[in-house]
Amino acid sequence: MDSLIQVMELVKVYHLGEVEVRALRGVSVSIDRGEFVAIMGASGSGKSTFMNILGFLDQPTSGRYLLEGRGGENLSRDELAEIRNQKIGFVFQGFNLLARTSALENIELPLIYSKTPTLRRKELTRKALSSVGLEGRGHHHTGQLSGGEQQRVAIARALVNQPSILLADEPTGNLDSKTSDEIMGIFQHLNRQMGITIIMITHEHDIASFAKRKILFKDGMVASDS
Amino acid sequence: MSYLYWKLMDTLFASLRIALRALLINKMRSSLTMLGIIIGVAAVITMIAVGTGAKTRIAEQIASMGSNILIVVSGSSTGGGLRLGAGTAPTLSFDDAKAIKTEIPSVKHTAPTVSGVAQVVFGNQNWSTVVYGTTPELLEIRGWSFASGYSFTQQDVDGTNKVCILGKTVVENLFGGIDAVGQIVRIKHVPFTVVGVLAPKGQSTWGHDQDDTIFVPLTTAQKRLFGMRFPRMVRVITIQATETELMKDAEEKITDLLRQRHRIPPGQENDFSIRNLTEIVSKEEESARVMSLLLGTIASISLIVGGIGIMNIMLVSVTERTREIGIRIAVGAKSRDILLQFLIESLVLSLVGGIMGIGVGIAGTLILSNFTEWPVLFSVEAILLAFLFAGSIGVFFGFYPARKASLLNPIEALRYE
Repeated sequence: MDSLIQVMELVKVYHLGEVEVRALRGVSVSIDRGEFVAIMGASGSGKSTFMNILGFLDQPTSGRYLLEGRGGENLSRDELAEIRNQKIGFVFQGFNLLARTSALENIELPLIYSKTPTLRRKELTRKALSSVGLEGRGHHHTGQLSGGEQQRVAIARALVNQPSILLADEPTGNLDSKTSDEIMGIFQHLNRQMGITIIMITHEHDIASFAKRKILFKDGMVASDS
Repeated sequence: MSYLYWKLMDTLFASLRIALRALLINKMRSSLTMLGIIIGVAAVITMIAVGTGAKTRIAEQIASMGSNILIVVSGSSTGGGLRLGAGTAPTLSFDDAKAIKTEIPSVKHTAPTVSGVAQVVFGNQNWSTVVYGTTPELLEIRGWSFASGYSFTQQDVDGTNKVCILGKTVVENLFGGIDAVGQIVRIKHVPFTVVGVLAPKGQSTWGHDQDDTIFVPLTTAQKRLFGMRFPRMVRVITIQATETELMKDAEEKITDLLRQRHRIPPGQENDFSIRNLTEIVSKEEESARVMSLLLGTIASISLIVGGIGIMNIMLVSVTERTREIGIRIAVGAKSRDILLQFLIESLVLSLVGGIMGIGVGIAGTLILSNFTEWPVLFSVEAILLAFLFAGSIGVFFGFYPARKASLLNPIEALRYE
């Protein structure tokens, strides 16, 4: 099959002490290259768990998840880290940048772990910085950047290693509406002009409408997909 | 194989870069972490310098007292030796000394000696010191050399000549700057011509000033200074063995010879006792060595405490940076990347702390020695050792926190407040 992402009967069960939590109860979805998907649902619906598995941060209890036709079932902790480094870009609600570190140093972090040689690393980092509209602000530290600028840095970091998918968890949650629109504008640009596949969790409908497809989670299963 | 080597180098350099950056970001915490190591290393450097200084000083003093020396003292060992009352007759004779030298091959020199406290006068200066009446061999045995002039000779002993040799302290107190050789001093009102001045030796290990001394011929001392109550008898014979290994042999043969000469029947105790100066002195050396070891151990313990400090602060650091670690793992850091980063952080802290500790230690030691007059000696090996020790402490105590960091679950770490 050609789909970028294939998810089949994904089940995830946690054990919190003696309590068994069934976070995902059999999710099947496929997502093609170039899609822009919004994932919605109440808290506890399983959407975060789903994203963690998509991002190879977590493994399913049963079922399969294939990215570009390959799954992560038998991979070690370090092998998963390598996949994340090469294939996944994360954008978080709280930005999750390194404190007291410059924008450029934040962006290049994935390249340091992929052992990219220095010259190429600098080149890719600068390109990523411009692609989010922050040329000239590279040496500013996180404390000197506004919320919107920090999120742009986070997006640049997510893209610097040219990943297959961009996973965003409430990317506008900490931003005002004007800045949120700017960020969503960037996402749309990345998706339409550069063909980047974006999967985004949000609880706000107006943010979700920037996406082309909405998947609604409820009680650990897909309730609707449009 | 070479590919693996370069991969390892890459990982190391990447981690080094990350570690240094992380340490510089939080200079305050880095400094506080290093404090324990700085103090520990400084303590090690100081203690070792003091211990080595003391050991070396003692070794020098021991060397200055002469080697392979046995002292035969009149009176049985239970009688208290030299401190016997004036009424007891000394049991050793001039001829005993001669016989010991000629008949025992492991004996190199013998010197019968009498001594007493006396006033010595020159011009309007006077000085009270111990005067030794002996033969030229005593100067050989004790390794005395001359700053000016020369020793008196066997002929002076045979001729009961009134000549003397002065130690540096006596000369300073009587003569100021003038050359003493050729001058005449009065010892107990008896005029003596100075024939030699001794080169200085300093203090003995018992704190006695070896330069505060005068030597005169044995016979002259008895006849002119200390009275002839026991002619040709002495309380002390100083003996030098040919080799250290033969000292026990010499001691045995001397005992046999003297018992024979003094006609002591078997079963009766000796009327003399023999002291092995080398043994006494090596005991002193041993206790200085033990002292030095003890100091070094205490200092090492303080360094280990410094290491525990590093471990605690690194643990706190890991907890505080949980989120940061989560981010790193999420964007692709492997366990070993995180492990190396934190290990290098604590290694850098302990090595930099080590260097600063060496600086503080050297400065502190010099200040200490200035105020206390204790001898101190720095050795390059000790300093290098302290540096390596600090590094190992950093790696050893940094390992547990680094490992904890490398095993964090990224999902939980990213949620950490």
